Amino acid sequence: MTGANSFSVSGYGPERAGWTRIFARDSVARRLDWPILLAALVLSLVGSLLVYSATRNRTEINQGDQYYFLVRHLMNLGIGFALMIGTIWLGHRALRNAVPILYGVSLLGVLLVLTPLGATINGSRNWIVFGGGFSLQPAEFVKVSIILGMAMILAARVDAGDKPYPDHRTVMQTLGLATVPILIVLLMPDLGTVLVMVTIILGVLLASGASNRWIFGLLLAGVLGCIAIWQLHILDEYQINRFAAFANPALDPAGVGYNTNQARIAIGSGGLTGAGLFHGSQTTGQFVPEQQTDFVFTVAGEELGFLGAGLIIFLLGVVLWRGCRIARDSTELYGTIVAAGIVAWFAFQAFENIGMTLGIMPVTGLPLPFVSYGGSSMFAVWIAVGLLQSIKVQRPMSA
Amino acid sequence: MTNIPETGRTPRVQIRLVVIQILVLSLLGTLGGRLWYLQIREGAQYQKEASGNHVQQVVDPAVRGDILDARGVPLADNETRLVVSASRTDLLKQKDDGKAVLTKLAGVLGVKPEDVIQKVRLCDAKTPQPCWNGSPYQPIPITDEATPKQALQIRERSEDFPGITAEPEAVRRYPGPGKSNTAQALGYLSPVTDDEIQKAKNTNSPYLRSDMVGRSGLEREYDKELRGKAGVTRYEVDNLGRVIGKAKSDAAESGSNLVTSIDSRVQRVAEYELDKAMKAARQQFDKITGENYKADSGAVVVMEAKTGRIVAMASAPTYDPNVWVGGISAKDYKALTGKSSDYPLLNRAIQGQAAPGSTFKVVSTAAAVQAGYVWDGGYPCTSSYSVGGQVFKNFEGENFGPISLGRALEVSCDTVFYGLADQQWKKDGGINPKKGQPKDWFFKTAHQFGLGKQTGIDLPNEVTGRVPDRQWKLDYWKANKDAWCKSGKKDGSYVQKIYYENCLEGNKMREGDEINYSIGQGDTLVTPLQEAMIYGAVANGGTEYVPTIGKAIVSADGKSVQEIKPKVQRKLPVSQATLKGMDDAFAGVITRGTAAWKFNGWPQDKIALHGKTGTAEVYGKQTTGWLATYTKDYSVIMTISQAGTGSGSAGEAVRNIYSALYGVQGDGSIDKKKALLPEPQKGLPQIRKDGTIAAPKVTGDPGKDAEAAQKNNPSNGDSQQPAATSSPGTGNRNTRRRPRKRGSRRMPS
Repeated sequence: MTGANSFSVSGYGPERAGWTRIFARDSVARRLDWPILLAALVLSLVGSLLVYSATRNRTEINQGDQYYFLVRHLMNLGIGFALMIGTIWLGHRALRNAVPILYGVSLLGVLLVLTPLGATINGSRNWIVFGGGFSLQPAEFVKVSIILGMAMILAARVDAGDKPYPDHRTVMQTLGLATVPILIVLLMPDLGTVLVMVTIILGVLLASGASNRWIFGLLLAGVLGCIAIWQLHILDEYQINRFAAFANPALDPAGVGYNTNQARIAIGSGGLTGAGLFHGSQTTGQFVPEQQTDFVFTVAGEELGFLGAGLIIFLLGVVLWRGCRIARDSTELYGTIVAAGIVAWFAFQAFENIGMTLGIMPVTGLPLPFVSYGGSSMFAVWIAVGLLQSIKVQRPMSA
Repeated sequence: MTNIPETGRTPRVQIRLVVIQILVLSLLGTLGGRLWYLQIREGAQYQKEASGNHVQQVVDPAVRGDILDARGVPLADNETRLVVSASRTDLLKQKDDGKAVLTKLAGVLGVKPEDVIQKVRLCDAKTPQPCWNGSPYQPIPITDEATPKQALQIRERSEDFPGITAEPEAVRRYPGPGKSNTAQALGYLSPVTDDEIQKAKNTNSPYLRSDMVGRSGLEREYDKELRGKAGVTRYEVDNLGRVIGKAKSDAAESGSNLVTSIDSRVQRVAEYELDKAMKAARQQFDKITGENYKADSGAVVVMEAKTGRIVAMASAPTYDPNVWVGGISAKDYKALTGKSSDYPLLNRAIQGQAAPGSTFKVVSTAAAVQAGYVWDGGYPCTSSYSVGGQVFKNFEGENFGPISLGRALEVSCDTVFYGLADQQWKKDGGINPKKGQPKDWFFKTAHQFGLGKQTGIDLPNEVTGRVPDRQWKLDYWKANKDAWCKSGKKDGSYVQKIYYENCLEGNKMREGDEINYSIGQGDTLVTPLQEAMIYGAVANGGTEYVPTIGKAIVSADGKSVQEIKPKVQRKLPVSQATLKGMDDAFAGVITRGTAAWKFNGWPQDKIALHGKTGTAEVYGKQTTGWLATYTKDYSVIMTISQAGTGSGSAGEAVRNIYSALYGVQGDGSIDKKKALLPEPQKGLPQIRKDGTIAAPKVTGDPGKDAEAAQKNNPSNGDSQQPAATSSPGTGNRNTRRRPRKRGSRRMPS
């Protein structure tokens, strides 16, 4: 366990006061990964403008208050930011000990969704509605907890120096741990979240150094599973059509095909510089459904054009790039796996979300990290940012 | 952070992290590439789609121009009605395709639900009327006779009636001033079809989905001018169609008004007299067929002789043009077009054609002169004319001895024309002429008179009539010889014998063909309008004008007046001397000839009237009566199918039309105050500054007024004499007969 003793170096030197302490050499603030933080902040703030643009005229959902969604988006951002600070303060290592609790709580959450407490919105039963207009999507937090849980199991014996790689038994335990919530989410049914979780598993296993056999085995199982679903008619034709409508809108012209079509028109009409914020006719005319959540990228495409939409992709790229660096730079496998899991999560979710608005991925209900309106998603991604920061901050300094 | 510490992890993990990094980058690269493709490469295309998406057109239909008579009296105009219409697209969005809404609507309108549901279904091969044959995207009118209360019920509870609107709309109306009808000349409108929209898409007068299009008559001929241009306002709308901004708007331009040369009063008199004449004919017994005359159809044309303008044009049977307004019902449509109908939509003045009978002798006489016969030569008017075993009888075997061409025309001596035509036929080479030998004066002259082609009147679908010359015979034979040769029999029935003969030499001009042709029988066909044009030309000194109804197109604001000037079509191939001779002969027809018994007491010294009667035989039917007449200003042609002789069937009616025009009273005096149109209308009605056109009020019934003025007419009460008794011998198909009034007014010899 090389370097294990050098952890305590960071940030626990002689007490200093005020800002000087925060920004002092070796302080937490100096060690934070600022590119990720700034990129995530800018994404969230741009998101708030896009959410505002998409909802200011939607009187049927904004309760007559054009700032309804803007204010809530900013509130979510504030809470998310606080959650990030809390996560950094606790540290990913401390959370490692709390994994059983986190895992249990989030599992309970998704189970609750299936009880009468849950609510069905847009065909998926993945909400718990509390009083006062407050609701949660527990599935978002499951993403965090399975990353932490899998990382804990996979890294335990490697970080202890017992083994160079996780053995088969460990991998199987890990898969078991991840499979339980996946099955529950599949019952909701929330196909998008399932896909994200599967991607997380792949990312986590890759980063853990688990045997290639597992990686390829999983991929093969995935492919065979798809073929089986296709051939055994487990899904009805309309479900397959809905899924395939992204490529051929004519398969489901009134449903997904309509969304795809309108989203493509919105983005395509943006051109290089866009129609200007609040000036998109597709957005103002509310032609794209779910535009403040799943299809928020279309607002950027139409009103901010290639430059604005490209900036969003670039900023997501910054987060992911730095995430990869953090994974590679982590001195322990636990941190590496957590960071890689987060990268896999963000990357797939961003690709799927933007991809479906661009018509290259099937339409599933997934928010765009940081940008889309939605509390649970916002909290979860900021907790994840906190985890990345924590991995970076708690890395031993060479000073 | 400069010195990265040793992580102590294995290369496998390191490599895999790099793989993850590369995967992540390629995913982002894919997104960027796709974004570039959509926004930069295909951006223009999507911009177009986006603007089509959020722009809705609201069409403000143009008010269709009026059709006015020569004095400005509207023959077709618009009135505001409360129209309840249903949008098919909105109805189909509802769960039961709008059935519930339509049923509720039927309740409000007080009709049966099926009636409403049938009206909104689309017409196709299997769907009978009522159905909608306009564009499926256009609101479908359910009724245009909604009461204000019904409209209010619908509008106040609009949430109960999604897709249903109740709006005041300008609806075409045919007011029929003074009980006139003018149905066939005016025509009618029906909704534009998808085909027409597509065809007119890139022209300078594209159709809108809500357009009504003229389908016949003046409505069709002047459709472009009358239609105007609809106003289009483009609104930006959201996905639910709510307006969020105004993009562009073009104001509607009302259609131009069409001033015609028709005088609604004369039109009424013509229609009234035609109807009366047909009813009278049906009271007459036809001895040949042994039943009353059927008088199944007829037409009358009143034309200005010096311009070709139509003052009145009536066709019977007729219909009420207002049946088209607001969509025609199944029953009405069947009554107008069904097999059992008498095809009242046909304008028989331009679409009815029949053998002209003796009215054709104006052409034969001109042909004889062209062929070199002297006007005053003594041509034998024998009682019959025999050619190769066939006997062509003069009417009732009359014998006038040698007479002049003028006299032959006046007494309508058939044998004179038989002889002349037969001589020409022999001169032309007989049955097998050499190439280029035939001069065919009789046929050539008919063509020079404008027969066998359209007159070019400003009405659609005019028929040409027919001159049965050599070329036509050859074409006709080629088309029919197979059938003739198959069913023709040398010793069969009458028809089989004709087929047999036609099969053998139907391609050739036979002697009998030309003889028969010379008196307007056989295969010759003319329209009443062609006769009006020809007799008008005889009246005006030999100039044929293109007949016109339209006189001027006046823009809605009155600022632009586009006059339609009379157009000379051709000159008759007749010298002034010959015309004078004809003129005298035609006057003789009225004063002492075949029509005289109907014109007793006519003030011929004040109003010189000329005419020619005709009675055409139609195989298997009763004879068609023709009466072609003219004064110096007008030509009036009337024809009635299956009604006996020309003078007997139409004489009184034509006289009454002239009496109404000139104000001639029953006792022969002229009351100028009562004259409807002693001289053709000159100039246009007064166009006011606001573009409206001044018009006198037409009240009462000019038809009945004119009739009342004829109480003491000495010819009144003369019943038509029964048809002649002479019947053709069997097998002598060329023997013709013509009934004539017998008695005190017989022609002097």
